[in-house]
Amino acid sequence: MSEPTAPAEERPPSTLQRIASGSSTQIGLILVALIVVFSLLSFESFFAIANARNIATDAAVLLVLAVGATYIIITAGIDLSVGAVLVFSGVVAAKAMNGLGGESLGVILVGLVVSLAAGLAWGLFNGFLVAKAKIPAFIVTLGSLGMALGGAYLITGGVDEREVPFKLVANFGIGRVAGIPYLVLVALAVAIVLGVVLAQTRFGRYTYAIGSNEEAVRRSGVNVDRHLIKVYALAGLLSGLAGFMNLARFGTTTIGGHATDNLNAIAAVVIGGTSLFGGIGTVLGTVFGVFIPAVLQNGFVIVGVQAFWQQVAVGGVLIAAVYLDQLRRSRQRQ
Amino acid sequence: MVSEQPLLEARNIVKSFGRVQALTGANFTVYPGEVVALVGDNGAGKSTLVKTLVGVHPADSGEILFEGEPVTIHTPQQARAIGIETVYQDLALAAEIDPAANMFLGREIMRAGPLGKLGFLDKAEMRKRSEDAFNHLGVRIQDTTAPVANMSGGQRQGIAISRAVTWASKVVFMDEPTAALGVVQTRNVLEQIKKVREQGLAIVLISHNLPEIFEVADRIEVLRLGERVARLRPSDVSMEDVVSAMTGASSFHEEDDR
Repeated sequence: MSEPTAPAEERPPSTLQRIASGSSTQIGLILVALIVVFSLLSFESFFAIANARNIATDAAVLLVLAVGATYIIITAGIDLSVGAVLVFSGVVAAKAMNGLGGESLGVILVGLVVSLAAGLAWGLFNGFLVAKAKIPAFIVTLGSLGMALGGAYLITGGVDEREVPFKLVANFGIGRVAGIPYLVLVALAVAIVLGVVLAQTRFGRYTYAIGSNEEAVRRSGVNVDRHLIKVYALAGLLSGLAGFMNLARFGTTTIGGHATDNLNAIAAVVIGGTSLFGGIGTVLGTVFGVFIPAVLQNGFVIVGVQAFWQQVAVGGVLIAAVYLDQLRRSRQRQ
Repeated sequence: MVSEQPLLEARNIVKSFGRVQALTGANFTVYPGEVVALVGDNGAGKSTLVKTLVGVHPADSGEILFEGEPVTIHTPQQARAIGIETVYQDLALAAEIDPAANMFLGREIMRAGPLGKLGFLDKAEMRKRSEDAFNHLGVRIQDTTAPVANMSGGQRQGIAISRAVTWASKVVFMDEPTAALGVVQTRNVLEQIKKVREQGLAIVLISHNLPEIFEVADRIEVLRLGERVARLRPSDVSMEDVVSAMTGASSFHEEDDR
């Protein structure tokens, strides 16, 4: 009815442009480039099945933690407690299985349920304090990190629980289907299901909206507190699952081995294009973000670069990822 | 019109924040299908009055009548349940999600069948209905899949207005909808207001801009120091009259209704 008033630069970007600017695509391309470079440098060893399997198994437990962290960071929150909750859940699950004794499937299932329940309980604890008591997530989860890890030491007396049902390790821990380890399949299933939930369901929609403008979501009548509690509970549940996977893989509780799991998970999420300011992110990006450090680690070993360079490189990628996110935001907010 | 029953009527609304009394017994009336401008100097209590009527800040005392019946409006949900929607001054849009997601925030359409039960969204349907609403009001959004953060101030205002109009069945409150906009975009919003009136919805327009008010408003209610001091018709008065009522230079004192 009147002439167009929108300036030309408001024309919609083409689908191709949108894909090219999507950060999970960029990070996927970087991952592919890394794989190409390492396989050109040393094709046989990098592409050897055993090596690929190693990379994937290393990444599986971290991926489960990082999927939970993706949800939390999209709400503009943070969870520092995932590694400690993983340890706590593994410890109580090992104690429960050893208390029952035996090698039966039933005992192993009890262990799984105990591990999930322990993780869920810590997640509810975090979520309740963040959403209802309005304590900053950084502080709440720093506190629960200490409490869960301290709790694990108290339960074990400081000594790793080295006994778990042999069948758990032999079947689930190192078993595989069609060459793919069970642990990797579980992690991929978690990523696919929760990736679809995040992208396609109302639960995912509220997760993005709360991270984007919490007050607006409140005014639209959504129960924001309850949603936040669910998100933290989900992350706790996944930490419990990761704790059980960790038991299956190593056959011991590895209490001292998860001090930096939280930072690794957060780094993977952020490298994968999720914004620390909330509202932006995908599970696919997180999958790429988990595999980049793993590929660097293995690649450096294979091509004979000191493996310590991996930490340096991942640190650099992390800083670059956050810088790019800030650039994108300041462009939008002009 | 004088004999007509008011759609919404606030009587003797008192609201304090700590020791500051923002509303000292304010009255306010909206008739069905009209555009009524709520004007007043800074600090007169316009935004506070609106927030008590849409459930953001419940009043300390006073009475709200809706279609003649006393109602309680303590939350935005209660206001929405009786057909009141609000375009907030800050727009209350989530910038990282797309316009359709904002339109349907808290009122999502789910897919049919078992997928819907699992919480899957019917994004196509929500997008289609949003585009219809935007077209209807003349809001131009080229790419409805882009996040709101990529859009101009006028487009964002258009999305917020479309959302309120889509869900309101009786009255839409607009808190300074043109304050942050340029000339062309302001024109668009005024056209949108006229279209909404044609649909039969009442509009409460909070604004500082008198030419704008004289263009679209059927009536003006003036608030000063927390109470209503005048009820005017743009056709009967000049802008100077409105300014003197706002500043207290003249008293139209029309309190205690006509």
